[in-house]
Amino acid sequence: MAYRLGVDIGGTFTDVVLEAEGALHSVKVLTTYAAPEDAIIDGMHKVCAKAGLVPGDLTQIIHGTTLATNALIERRGAKTALITTKGFRDVIEMRTESRFEQYDLNLVLPEPLLPRQRRLVLQERVDARGEVLIPLDEAEVEALAGKLEASGYDSVAVGFLHSYLNPVHERMVRDVLARRLPGLSVSLSSDVSPQMREYERFNTTVANAYIKPLMASYLGRLRERLAAEGAGCDIFLMHSGGGIISIESAAEFPVRLVESGPAGGAVFAAHIAGRYGIDRVLSFDMGGTTAKICLIRDQSPKTSRVFEVARSYRFKKGSGMPISIPVIDMVEIGAGGGSLAHVDALRQIRVGPESAGSEPGPACYGRGGERPGVTDADLVLGKLDPDNFAGGTIPLHPDRSEAALSAHVGETLGMDATTAAFGVAEVVDENMANAARVHAVENGEDLAGYTMIAFGGAAPLHAGRLAQKLGISRVLVPPGAGVGSAIGFLRAPFSFEATRSVYMRLAEFDADAVREILQTLGDEATGFVRTCAPDATVETDVKVYMRYTGQGWEIPVTLTPEQAANPDSNTFQALFDADYTRLFGRPVAGLDVEITVWAVNATTPKEAVAAIDQEEPGVARNATERRALFDPVSGAFVDAGVVPRGEMVRGATTDGPAAITEDETTIIVPVSMRAVAQPDGCIDLTVREAG
Amino acid sequence: MPSDVQYQVMWNRLISIVEEQAQALVRTAFSTSVREAGDLSAGVYDAEGRMLAQAVTGTPGHVNAMADAVAHFIRRIGRQTMFEGDVYITNDPWEGTGHLHDITMVTPSFRNGVLVGFFACTAHIVDIGGRGFGADANSVYEEGLYIPIMKFAERGEVDETLTRIIRGNVREPDQLIGDVYALATCNEVGHRRLTGMMDEFDLADLTGIAAFILDNSRRATIERIAALTPGSAAGEMTVDGFSAPITLRVRLTIEADRIISDFTGTTGVDKKGINCPLVYTKAYACYALKCAIAPEIPNNHASLAPFEIVAEENTIVHAVHPAPVALRHIVGHFVPDTVYAALDLLLPDTVPAEGAGCLCNFQVSLRPRTDAPAPAHARRSEVLTFNSGGSGARPTVDGLNATAFPSGVMTMPVEATENAGPVMIWRKELRPDSGGAGTTRGGLGQYMEVGAQEGHEFDIQAMFDRVHHPARGRRGGAPGGATTIARSDGEAMRGKGKQFVPHGARVLMAFPGGAGHGDPSGRDPAAVRRDLARGYVSAEVAASTYGIDPATISEIQARAEAGDE
Repeated sequence: MAYRLGVDIGGTFTDVVLEAEGALHSVKVLTTYAAPEDAIIDGMHKVCAKAGLVPGDLTQIIHGTTLATNALIERRGAKTALITTKGFRDVIEMRTESRFEQYDLNLVLPEPLLPRQRRLVLQERVDARGEVLIPLDEAEVEALAGKLEASGYDSVAVGFLHSYLNPVHERMVRDVLARRLPGLSVSLSSDVSPQMREYERFNTTVANAYIKPLMASYLGRLRERLAAEGAGCDIFLMHSGGGIISIESAAEFPVRLVESGPAGGAVFAAHIAGRYGIDRVLSFDMGGTTAKICLIRDQSPKTSRVFEVARSYRFKKGSGMPISIPVIDMVEIGAGGGSLAHVDALRQIRVGPESAGSEPGPACYGRGGERPGVTDADLVLGKLDPDNFAGGTIPLHPDRSEAALSAHVGETLGMDATTAAFGVAEVVDENMANAARVHAVENGEDLAGYTMIAFGGAAPLHAGRLAQKLGISRVLVPPGAGVGSAIGFLRAPFSFEATRSVYMRLAEFDADAVREILQTLGDEATGFVRTCAPDATVETDVKVYMRYTGQGWEIPVTLTPEQAANPDSNTFQALFDADYTRLFGRPVAGLDVEITVWAVNATTPKEAVAAIDQEEPGVARNATERRALFDPVSGAFVDAGVVPRGEMVRGATTDGPAAITEDETTIIVPVSMRAVAQPDGCIDLTVREAG
Repeated sequence: MPSDVQYQVMWNRLISIVEEQAQALVRTAFSTSVREAGDLSAGVYDAEGRMLAQAVTGTPGHVNAMADAVAHFIRRIGRQTMFEGDVYITNDPWEGTGHLHDITMVTPSFRNGVLVGFFACTAHIVDIGGRGFGADANSVYEEGLYIPIMKFAERGEVDETLTRIIRGNVREPDQLIGDVYALATCNEVGHRRLTGMMDEFDLADLTGIAAFILDNSRRATIERIAALTPGSAAGEMTVDGFSAPITLRVRLTIEADRIISDFTGTTGVDKKGINCPLVYTKAYACYALKCAIAPEIPNNHASLAPFEIVAEENTIVHAVHPAPVALRHIVGHFVPDTVYAALDLLLPDTVPAEGAGCLCNFQVSLRPRTDAPAPAHARRSEVLTFNSGGSGARPTVDGLNATAFPSGVMTMPVEATENAGPVMIWRKELRPDSGGAGTTRGGLGQYMEVGAQEGHEFDIQAMFDRVHHPARGRRGGAPGGATTIARSDGEAMRGKGKQFVPHGARVLMAFPGGAGHGDPSGRDPAAVRRDLARGYVSAEVAASTYGIDPATISEIQARAEAGDE
């Protein structure tokens, strides 16, 4: 019998989910910053007790965590040195030499992870063809090793120019250091992120090195503690690409754990998409401070090769640091239940990214918060029941919400509290809609025809309106939405993506070289998966990134196993033309095409998802009570039914306007929609026929 | 009629639409200047040609220029000859954005057969024929192909005669035509999204939302200006120029509802292509003032209107046809520092000290060596790079190291540059001691060293200033480091113009630092110690300029040697 435990350490809560014989049990405990494993142990015991099991019964633990991200944001890493090519000491500090905010005269750029005195250089040079122009002198490396030892460094990142083509010098440094300083943690850029563009590659390698000792120590302690508590089963880690890897691989490449929590959320949504057989899904996860939006095609979340962590300036693009690793492609914006509203100089309502957090919280919590948050607007608009928030444990104060909305929004704009609340809700929904639209356009997608899967505490309150704005006609709100990421961990396959930058023009296509590149990457990726699942079937997905020679942006082109095994330039050209046309309207005739990056993702087969028997609208569930709910389409309050989610049994149907209440949140059914309870507990909102 | 809440949503939406329009251009463009460096812009206009929203991109230089451009298109094309499916084009330096290398395209947006607005976008392309990108031309006729305002497409039909003329006149025809199509696509993306918005809100035209945006923007901008103390002050700055120094002069006058920047007294037009059309001068003057006075008010017709610019014709900030203008960015990038010299007198403790100003760009033209037999793999190649010196110290924070200001473009990765041609970048790192000393320190410039792969020689087209006129400090701050350029074999080099570099030689460059703000004696000793530990300043400067004693210096250096502060 398989008893699997999913554990997600978040900023506030650690979520623990246990799946036993098809049933899910979950608990939320407060995250214990000093020793995060304490919360896991606590949660494990609690959830085992719920399920009538003991830790010794567990067969597998899947863990995802924000610890790696937080260590980068809070700069709590090891004493780390960067060893780089002479003449290029400042790559991670000079960034792109641009300002991410054009109009702020007092702009401050984020400090690099390592100050200048921790960036050391060696005389060496490889050119853009991978040829060694200046050989690295081993004696210089020996001398540097002495200095590293004397200075007490715990970790070292090695990044030389063009090492993605020829790693010989980086490996020489590794070998010397392994011999001289066996206790030192070493990360090579040619291993961590073998891709062209030195700033992204060096920064990713430095980030890996910076958190490596911390994460290795944490993972070691976690394994020991779990074993001591009786859970001696295998432990695996969720990575940012949406799969799981061994604890050893995680300790070697901890930078791949960054954003593993949100990745779990996307996998959760993808799994539900599979259950319903839906090919085009927008996953919408809205919590207290941010909202995350991800596109899921054919039940697989879209992936990307680079993203930014630790944005320092209103979530603004460019204000964080780039990490180039395989990652689920998400947009995150500062829009959550706690996001605060104000009016700017243009008399425009602005919402977020500043958030009230849980202390003092929005004004309605009555804990001293004076400024209106999104939750205040939701309360005034009738979306929340003041007496039954968080299962009645937190009484809400509508009068304080109204006062805060009037004082900070209404008075300036000559609006009453209700109109101000409407404005705040519309602005936050519009912000999210804009982010989703831009993300869709960047991926060549049109959101009409998409289904939204909404989870996270605040999402069900806003999903209906967001869907209206995006022209989406179906929204699924799954059960367990508050612990979606941890559930997602249990649905993730073993996977590892290996990538490499090698430039090749189709005019100079070399089929043997292509086979060799793909073979090497396939072996590397498969090797990582085999360490986790020695006997499982391993599938490989091949992607090549292509562009017209002369362009700067590559587009991903997916190859079938046959196309990868028998590479042919005509096939590559045809695939590129088709994808380029889909994204940008038309191909550009007569230009040569080149491949820049090669990627092979090895994965165990996705868990087979049983399609559910979807319910048609059935028995109308009469409201237990009624309340006034604001309808943003007509701009007025309407009389809405209130139905507890517990009464929405299979097939139960409620027409909007309605509020479906549960302990964690409330699902708002807009006037134009109908809610049907599905067999798996999902609430299925669809646009109902007019009349 | 839509409610105020709906208008708020629509304004947000229009800003999102132009950002999307710009993003589509970045992703499909071929020129490195657009796709890597972000030298482009995009905007939406009402039926009157008034700009309602503009994407925030890398180029303040396009701000006003774009705002004015659509009016020229309406005048030249004529409303009665505008049809659905039309796309218009120009690279007129005076009716577009300042030089032939910027292509501006405008698309009318029709709804139910009625013209409701326009989309426009601009991109800097790498080649437009002529002498190539550089200052060497004597008139605009030598600078490349001129495309007057005309139809690129009529009712969806592309003018193939025009595309053949373009192809026949430029060095990289595929790249340029690819970019022209990318520009047309980007307007199309905007148009589709605008149509979606008008459907959603059931709008027949943009009159209501235009009034809402423009009224709010005008009121907010004028409120900001009214809050300033009225007055007038003059500022000036002298920079290297091409062969003789240039002095930029401005008189800034703050009135209750407008700010006038009068450039009377500025040096006359230069014989070479560093002259600046007024539209580009206006863009940078306006950008400088908006940063200081109303940074968060988005650019549109109304928020730009209160910033008025005056200049005499035939001065270097108001060059008229047929003056050569290819490198108009050099003068344009110095306009903000000139404006700040005056503004500092009217609005103390707001503006930075002078910085590197113009970008430190160079283009290398590589070819097989001619002094001896070249290896078989040697080839010809053009490689353009954008680089930045240090920005000026701000009243409360240090200047930014090697970061562009006022331009907002990005540099290209060294690995990408070396993949673009047989060029070798041997060094690209911060330049210690180049940040002018002060209570707050100027940003550091950078060192670069460029050569060619074995078997090649090259010409370098230098576009550097501040060789003889380093950035000046404010209120007791010291100047930033000056630009230097030299050849590794000892041959002297100039800051501007095309210069030959033989096989085996390298060009050694040091780009300028920003100037300091306030007396160096007022600098926080902890900041000096940090700068010393990081090597931003040398031990000599820490001792002589900031008065740190030798024992402390040794102690800091020992800790820095071990990686600590």
